[in-house]
Amino acid sequence: MSLSRRTLLGTAAAAATTVPLIGRARAQAGQTIKIGVLNDQSGPYRDTGGITSVLCSKLAVQEFAAKGFNVEVISADHQNKPDVGASIARQWFDRDGVDMILDVPNSGVALAVASVAKEKNKLHVNVGAASADLTGKSCAPSVISWCYDTVMLAKSTGGAIVKAGGDSWFFITADYAFGHRLQDDTSEIVTKSGGKVAGSVAYPFPGTTDFSSFLLQAQSSGAKVLGLANAGADTVNSIKQAKEFGISMKVAAMLMFITDVNALGLDVAQGLNLTESFYWDLNDRTRAFTKRVVKVSPDNWPNMIHAGCYSGTLHFLKAVTDMGVAEAKKSGTAIAERMKKMPTEDDAFGAGRIREDGRGIFKSYLFEVKKPSESKAKWDYYKTVATTPAEEAWRPLNEGGCYYVKS
Amino acid sequence: MMGFSRPQWIAFLVMAALVVVAPYVLYPVFLMKVLCFALFACAFNLLVGYVGLLSFGHAAYFGMGAYVSAYAAKAWHLTPEVAIVLGGLTGAAMGSVFGWLAIRRQGIYFAMITLALAQMAYFFCLQAPFTGGEDGIQQVPRGSLFGLIPLHSDMATYWVVAVIFLGVFLLIHRIVHSPFGQVLKAIRENEPRATSLGYRTDDYKLVAFILSAGIAGLAGGTKSLVFGIATLTDVHFSMSGEVVLMTLLGGMGTIFGPVMGALISTSMENYLAEFGAWVSVTQGVIFVVCVIAFRRGVIGELAAKLKIAL
Repeated sequence: MSLSRRTLLGTAAAAATTVPLIGRARAQAGQTIKIGVLNDQSGPYRDTGGITSVLCSKLAVQEFAAKGFNVEVISADHQNKPDVGASIARQWFDRDGVDMILDVPNSGVALAVASVAKEKNKLHVNVGAASADLTGKSCAPSVISWCYDTVMLAKSTGGAIVKAGGDSWFFITADYAFGHRLQDDTSEIVTKSGGKVAGSVAYPFPGTTDFSSFLLQAQSSGAKVLGLANAGADTVNSIKQAKEFGISMKVAAMLMFITDVNALGLDVAQGLNLTESFYWDLNDRTRAFTKRVVKVSPDNWPNMIHAGCYSGTLHFLKAVTDMGVAEAKKSGTAIAERMKKMPTEDDAFGAGRIREDGRGIFKSYLFEVKKPSESKAKWDYYKTVATTPAEEAWRPLNEGGCYYVKS
Repeated sequence: MMGFSRPQWIAFLVMAALVVVAPYVLYPVFLMKVLCFALFACAFNLLVGYVGLLSFGHAAYFGMGAYVSAYAAKAWHLTPEVAIVLGGLTGAAMGSVFGWLAIRRQGIYFAMITLALAQMAYFFCLQAPFTGGEDGIQQVPRGSLFGLIPLHSDMATYWVVAVIFLGVFLLIHRIVHSPFGQVLKAIRENEPRATSLGYRTDDYKLVAFILSAGIAGLAGGTKSLVFGIATLTDVHFSMSGEVVLMTLLGGMGTIFGPVMGALISTSMENYLAEFGAWVSVTQGVIFVVCVIAFRRGVIGELAAKLKIAL
C-alpha cells in the first residue's frame, strides 16, 4: 500500500499547515477586560491612526491603573478591507474574549464592524471613521462614535469660515459617495450661514493625480473659498498643486489631521483651514497629555483620533469599574448605556458627554495652519480661528434618524 | 467514477473529511471564508489551468455576484439559496459578454481586455446607487435556507457553504474530465491543432469562460451572505490578483491546488493581521519563497513528487 502511504504523507503536509492555526491560544476571559484596537497599520491611514492609537489606548490603561481586574490591549491591521475587519471583529468577540473594539478608521470597515458589534451585543467605540451614519441611520445601541464626524467637520469648517468672511465657495469633490456627502453637508451649512456656493467640480475617483484643470476652474469661478471634499492622498495632492499654481483662494480641507499637515510641511500647508476637536497646544492639560504620548510615540504626535483613543479607553474603563467586570462582560449595550450616563472627563478633551444616540459631544475647533515663520517649535502648526461650543458642534439628535432614539 | 483516479478519490475523501471535522477545531467563520475563496480559485483555475486563458478580471464576476446576492437578500428579501444562484447567474451573464469580447485575442491581449472590462465593472460599482459606494452593502441578512432553516448560527451556515463547496468542486472535476474538458485541454496544448481536428475552439472557450465566471459569481454570492457585506474590495483588481496568486501558490492545473492556495492565502491574511505593518512584508516574502521554491505550486510539487495527478 505504498500509494496510501504517499497519500498519508500528503495529508500530513496538509495538516502541518493547519496546525499553527489550531495552536492559537484561546484566552480565558475571566477577570480580564480586553480591548481590541482595529485600524490601518500599513496603508494610507497609518499615521492618522495606526500604532499611535494603540499606544494611546495603552497609555490610558496604564494611567487608569485598574483595581481588581486586568486590562489587556491587543491590536490588528484591517488593511482597509471591510471583510477583513468584520472577520477579525467576529473572531475577537467570539473566540478571543474581546470586550471593546476601538478606533476603526475607514467608514466602510467601521460600518461592517459596527454591525458585527450590534449582532453580538458587544461594545464598539469608534474613533477613526468619519461617517455620521454611525450615530444616524446605521446607529446601534452598543456603538459609540467618539470625537468627530462629517457633519461636525462641515459645521465647523463651513460655518466658521463663512462668518469670517469667506462667503462664496467652490468645491473640488471626489466623485463617490463620501465626497458628495461631504460637499452636500458643507454646502448646506454654507448656505444656512449666509454664504453661497459658486460651483463645484467632481473628479474621477480613485486615480486622479492631476488637479490642475479643476483648480483653474475653481480660480476662474471667482469664489473666495476652495472647499476640498476629498481625503487622504487626494487632499494632499490638491493642496500641493493649489500652491504650485498660486491659487489665491482660501483653501479649506474638509477632512485633514495634524499628522497630514506634518507630512505636507508648513511651506505647503500654510494658511489652510481645517477642523479638529483636539490640538496638543490648546491648554495645559492637552500639553501634559501630549508630553506623555510623545514619550512613547516621538515621531507621530497625537491628533484628535489618537486623543480620542485615549479618552475613549479611559471612559470605558471608568464605566467598567462603575458597573463591575462581570456585568460589563455580559452586554455591550449595558456598558454603552453606562458610558452615556457618566460625563467624560480627561486631559485630552476636558469635560464632555456621550449623547443617547452614541454621539460623543465635545467642542470643535477651526484652525488655520501657521506660516513657517510663525511656527516656534516642533509640531507648532495651528492657530485657533474659532471654537464651536460642544452643544452646537454636532448634528442635532432628532436629525440623525437613529432608530432607537425616541424623538 | 466521476473521472477520479484512485489517488484523487483518496485525496477528495481526505479533503471532505477535513471539511467536516474542521469546524469543530477551527473558527467556522474563518473556514467559510477559506471555502468561498477556494471556490473562487477553483473557478479561476478552470479557465487558466485547463484552457490556458489567463484572466485578470475575475474580481468582476466575484464582486458583482456578491453585490447581486447581497442586494437580493437585503432589498428583495429572497431566501439565501435563490440569492446565491442569482449571484452565479450574474457572474455567468457578465462572463458571456466579457468572454465573447475577450476570447477573440490571446495571451497578454486577452489578459488586458479582461482587466479593462473588470475595471469598468469596478467603476460601475463605485458609482451605481444600489452598491452603496465605498460603504458597500452592509448588514445583509443570512435569512433562512429554503425559507425553513434559519442560518443565524455560524455552524448552520457552515454546512450550507460546505455543501455548496463540495458540490461545485465535484462539478468542476466532472467538467474537466468530461469529453468537453478533454477538448479544453487540447485547446490549451495546441489550439491550431484542435481547430484542425474540427473543433470550433471559440465556442469551447466561451463556454468555459461562462462556467468559470458563473462559479466565481456563486463564490462571491456565498461570501456576501456569510459575512453580511458586499464591498468594493470584492470587485477591485487586487482581488483578481489575489486569485491568480492563490491558484499559483496551490498549483495551477491541479484540481486540489486552488483549494490549498486559498487556504494558505486566507490564513496569511487572517492570522498575520495582528502583526500590523508587517502583514504586507511577510506576505510578500512568503509569496517570493513559494514562487522560487515551488514552481508548480504546493499541490503541483506534491503531485510531481508522488508521480500522481492531484
